[in-house]
Amino acid sequence: MAITDETIEYVAALAKLDLTDEEKERAKKDLGNIIGYVDTMNQLDTTGIEPMSHVFAYHNVFREDLVTNGPDRDNILANAPEEKDGGFKVPRTVE
Amino acid sequence: MEITALTALELGKRIKAGEVTVEEAVKAQLEKIKERDSVYNCYVTVMEEEALKRAAEVQKQIDAGELKDSPLAGVPVAIKDNICTKGVLTTCSSKILNNFKPPYDATVIEKLEAAGAVIIGKLNMDEFAMGSTTETSYFGPTKNPWNIERVPGGSSGGAAAAVAAEEVWYALGSDTGGSIRQPSSFCGVTGLKPTYGSVSRYGLIAYASSLDQIGPIARNVSDCAAVFEAIAGYDVKDSTSVKMDDYHFTEALVDDVKGLRIGIPKGYLGEGLDPEVKEAVLAAAKTLEAKGAIVEMFDMDMVDYAIPAYYVIASAEASSNLSRFDGVKYGYRTPDFEDLQDVYKKTRDEGFGMEVKRRMMIGAFVLSSGYYDAYYIKALQVKALIKKGFDDAFAKYDIILGPTAPTTALKMGENLSDPLKMYLGDIYTVSVNLAGLPGISLPCGIDSSGLPIGVQMIGQAFSEKTLIRAAYSLEQTRSYERPACVKGEN
Repeated sequence: MAITDETIEYVAALAKLDLTDEEKERAKKDLGNIIGYVDTMNQLDTTGIEPMSHVFAYHNVFREDLVTNGPDRDNILANAPEEKDGGFKVPRTVE
Repeated sequence: MEITALTALELGKRIKAGEVTVEEAVKAQLEKIKERDSVYNCYVTVMEEEALKRAAEVQKQIDAGELKDSPLAGVPVAIKDNICTKGVLTTCSSKILNNFKPPYDATVIEKLEAAGAVIIGKLNMDEFAMGSTTETSYFGPTKNPWNIERVPGGSSGGAAAAVAAEEVWYALGSDTGGSIRQPSSFCGVTGLKPTYGSVSRYGLIAYASSLDQIGPIARNVSDCAAVFEAIAGYDVKDSTSVKMDDYHFTEALVDDVKGLRIGIPKGYLGEGLDPEVKEAVLAAAKTLEAKGAIVEMFDMDMVDYAIPAYYVIASAEASSNLSRFDGVKYGYRTPDFEDLQDVYKKTRDEGFGMEVKRRMMIGAFVLSSGYYDAYYIKALQVKALIKKGFDDAFAKYDIILGPTAPTTALKMGENLSDPLKMYLGDIYTVSVNLAGLPGISLPCGIDSSGLPIGVQMIGQAFSEKTLIRAAYSLEQTRSYERPACVKGEN
């Protein structure tokens, strides 16, 4: 299928990417090729086949809700691009 | 023979016997890294100081008679840079994580350290494990030690190249669609992708969670079996972790394939397969047959649909997993922003490379309303059929054998501009991940360009012992070949 400019704008917004015009053009071409190839799956009749998300019969795994780790705030904040008063600092989001 | 040319188990033995100290091993390896890595670029981070400090600790334990049951005690190891190491850069070879130091260790790191391992560095990879050449790394491509104009494969290209170039004794990689097996094939080393769930993924930075699995890359099957024995196990921190009945994988290092039923899918020998690769793989099958295995060709459906299903599922999961990188809690943040949306979008556009963006967009597309059923659900149905195809095959065979990749190592740059062409190279490896099965790649020949050829064997879920026995038996028929660079010929 043909990928339109609108589709690229839409998926870039979903993926939270601020693409340049050049990147958009390239993405349009690449996605068109890849999705076109992926469409070969449609040659296969899958009527009545149960979609399989996991190959093994996994079930929910439960445990007691106990705290096992100690306070580690400083270590975790050490990776933050910006921190303030023991928290992650971001631009103002609420006026 | 220099100690850096030994296998991991041989070095472990010498350390235990007191013939080599852990510090000597670490220093010898650091020396080789300094000498060679400016050419091959296997490492993102070399942990010189940490490794030497750790060497002294492990030596003390060994001298005190501890670690008796750990054949790898004291042997240095390097880790793919998507596996978290506490306080040590873990970048996924991406700009967006270029400064990330995890506050915790992955479970495999804890297990290796409990077995006396010394971590010597972190290895280059395709960015976020998305790629088959290690050319998408933010830190530049890794080069193949057999020929520096060739790629080492990927995404665990730094791991396979480091093992081949004798810049490390063994390494941990990860395999989502072939990322342990294909680079092992391209670099002439051995790589094991274990059954999904057998090794904890806790601390492995996720690409496609339902497919990702950590495994060893080493210079022979015995080392892979020993490493797998050290890292496998149930982990409460990974809800997809599975308890196995038997973890004594090194017991399977037995040269005997009598009566073993081996099937070769005809679809694995078709169009696109390099004739020299085909010849070497069929010769490997003949060798096993001569040793008493029963080898047959058979028809396996769905081979052609594995790649489309894989790229839909993997990209969908990637688009979800990689949404956590937002420039707020860790990693890169754009210097120039006005509001929070700006932080997200600019950070992600500047922080991720093209292949990662491409896959996140494919993922967002196939999960978006209107396309979800046609692509994502369809791919999960194809996955069910692929799984059934393997179930039917394993009713007749113990092992499925075929090539690891359609070609030997490609020229640098050959596939970078054409993502679809790169994806097609994964034809023999991706279905193994979709079906959750174990697979191993080991060398089976050298082509006319002097590049190694890999053969892949696939086993039933949790039948690693059968796989290890078959691979070990084949390995006994040929000697390990080293690239010319480590033999001092260039």
